[in-house]
Amino acid sequence: MLTYLARRALGAVWALIGVTSVVFIILHLTGDPTSVMMPPEATKAEMDAFRHAQGFDRPLIVQFGTFALAAAHGDLGLSLRHQEPAMGLALERLPATAVLGGSAFLIVLLVGVPAGILSALKPRTWIDYTARGVALIGQSAPTYWIGLMLILLFAVRLGWAPASGIGDWHNVVLPAATLGFFSTAKLMRLTRAAMLEILGADYMRTARAKGLTALRVSLGHGLRNAWLPIVTQLGVELGGLLSGAIITETVFAWPGVGRLAVQAVFERDFPVVEAVVLIAATLFVLLNLAVDLLYAVIDPRIRYA
Amino acid sequence: MATALAGVAPPRDDEFAEASVHVAALRRLARDPAAIVGGVIVAIVAVCAIFAPLITRVDPNAQDLTATLTPPMWIAGGNHAHVLGTDNLGRDLLTRIIWGSRVSAIVGLSVVAIGGAIGVTAGLLAGYRRGWVDAVIARITDVQLAFPLVLLAVAIVAVVGPGLWTVIAAIGLTSWVQYVRVVRAETMSLREREFVAAAVAAGASSPRILARHLLPNVMSAVIVLGTFEIARAIVFESSLSFLGLGVPPTTPSWGGMLADGRQYLDTAWWTALFPGLAIMIAVMGVNLLGDGLRDALDPEMRQ
Repeated sequence: MLTYLARRALGAVWALIGVTSVVFIILHLTGDPTSVMMPPEATKAEMDAFRHAQGFDRPLIVQFGTFALAAAHGDLGLSLRHQEPAMGLALERLPATAVLGGSAFLIVLLVGVPAGILSALKPRTWIDYTARGVALIGQSAPTYWIGLMLILLFAVRLGWAPASGIGDWHNVVLPAATLGFFSTAKLMRLTRAAMLEILGADYMRTARAKGLTALRVSLGHGLRNAWLPIVTQLGVELGGLLSGAIITETVFAWPGVGRLAVQAVFERDFPVVEAVVLIAATLFVLLNLAVDLLYAVIDPRIRYA
Repeated sequence: MATALAGVAPPRDDEFAEASVHVAALRRLARDPAAIVGGVIVAIVAVCAIFAPLITRVDPNAQDLTATLTPPMWIAGGNHAHVLGTDNLGRDLLTRIIWGSRVSAIVGLSVVAIGGAIGVTAGLLAGYRRGWVDAVIARITDVQLAFPLVLLAVAIVAVVGPGLWTVIAAIGLTSWVQYVRVVRAETMSLREREFVAAAVAAGASSPRILARHLLPNVMSAVIVLGTFEIARAIVFESSLSFLGLGVPPTTPSWGGMLADGRQYLDTAWWTALFPGLAIMIAVMGVNLLGDGLRDALDPEMRQ
C-alpha cells in the first residue's frame, strides 16, 4: 500500500511538472512573448524595458529554470493587469467555483445515479424512455447552449431565477444545472448499463429467491456490485466539471476561477492563466488519487501492492 | 510462405472470415433503428456541408439592415423570405445554419484525423514495444490528462491567434489521449496472439507487423471512438467560437451564431435557439451512429 502511494505521489509530481512545462512552452510558442503581452501601440523602448524586466532577453533555458523554481514555490509572478500575485488572485476565486462545482456534482449524484437505477429496474417503460431521452439530449447539446436556454426559459420568460451573478442559492440553481447536465446524462447511462449487467447475475436471483424485498435486492445486492464503474466515472466527471466551469462561468457571469481564466486569456495576463492551470491540474491529480484509494474501500478484493 | 503459416490459418480463410465479420456488422447496423436515425442525420449534415451553395442561393453574409431580428415565418412579423428569421444584421438564419455545417464537418473530420493519427500510432507503439517507449508515452498521457482541456485549447488559440486551422490543431492536440488508452490496451492483448508470433517467425519487420497485422485488428475500436470524437470536436469548436476564439465572424459557424444570438436572448430568442438546435441534432446523430457502430462491431458489448 505504502509503495503504491509513493509511486502514485511520484506520478502526480511528474504530471504537475509536465503541465507547468507545457504552459511555459505554449507561452513561448510564438517566440518572445513580449509582443503578445504588450499592447500593439507600445514603443520599441517600452517593449525593450518590459522584455528586460520580465527576463525575456535571457536564454530560454535560464528563463525556464527561473520559472520552474519559482513555480515550485507556488510563485507565478505578478498578474500583468492587477499587479498582484497571480496565484493569490486565482486562489481567491476558488471558493466560488467550488460552490458551483459542488452543487453541480450533487445534481449528478442525486439525479443521474437514481435515474439510471430506475431506468434499469423498469426497462422499456415511460421512466426508462424519458430518462434515456433526456440523457441523449444532455450528451449532445453544448453546455453553454443549455445555459442560454435555461436563462431564456427560467430567467427571461418565467422570472424564477436570476440569469447571472452570485448571491443566495437562487443564483446557483441555473449555473449548477447547466454545468451538471452533461455529466448527469453520462452517469445515468453508465449506471443503467452497470445495473442491467448486474441484474442478470446468479447472486441476484439467489437474493430474490431467499425472499428479500425488491428494494433490498436492487440496492443492497445490485448497486453494491455496480458501484465500481460508477465511482470511477464520478471521479472523471468531477474532473470534467473543472473544465466545464470555464464555459459555464462565462455564460452566467459567475465570479469563479474559470471566468478569471477566460478573462486572463483575453487580457493576455499569462501569469494568471498559469496559476489557474496549475490549480486545476493539482486538483485533478489529487482527485484521481482519491478515486483510486476509494476503490479499495468499495471493493475489498482490490489490494494495492 | 503458405506452408510456413499452415499451422496458424490459411490467408484465404482469414480474408474470408474478415469480410463476413464486416458484412455481419453492417447487417446488425442496418437493423438498429436508432443507428439508422443517426445515419440519416449525419447524411443530411454532410449534404448541407458539401452542397451548401446549391441548397441556398442566398449569401450567408448578406446583410439586410431593414430586416434585422425578423422572427421565424410562423410567428407574427415573420415572412417566407426568412424561414427561421434573421439575426441582428439581417442575415438569414437558415442559410447561415446550412453554411455553418461546413465548419462543423471540417473541424470534426480534421480533428479525428489529427488526434487519431497521433493517438493510434502512439497506442500501437506503447502496446507493442512496451518498455521505455510505453513508459514515455504513459508519462506524456498523464500530463495531458491532468490538463483542463478547454483551458489548454483556449490558451493555444489565444497565443497563436484564432482561425479555423488553429482551432483544429488545438482540439486535435487534446483528443489523441483517448485513442492511446484504447489502442494500447488492445495491442497489449493482441501481441500475445499466435498470428503475431507467426508474423515474427515469418520474418516480418516491426513496422510491417504494426501496420499490417495489428492496425487492422484495432480499427473497429478506433472507428467507434473516432465517431464519438467527431461529436466532441463539433461541440468543442462551437464552444471556442462562442468564446470568440473560433473561426472569424465572417465564416458562418454554429457557435459563432450563438455568441451573436446570446445578446438578443430577451428580444429575439430564435437567434439563440436554432443554431443550438442544429448543434444538438448533428451531435445527437453522430452519437446515435456511434452507439450503433459500437454495438454492431463489438457484439460482446451489447446489452
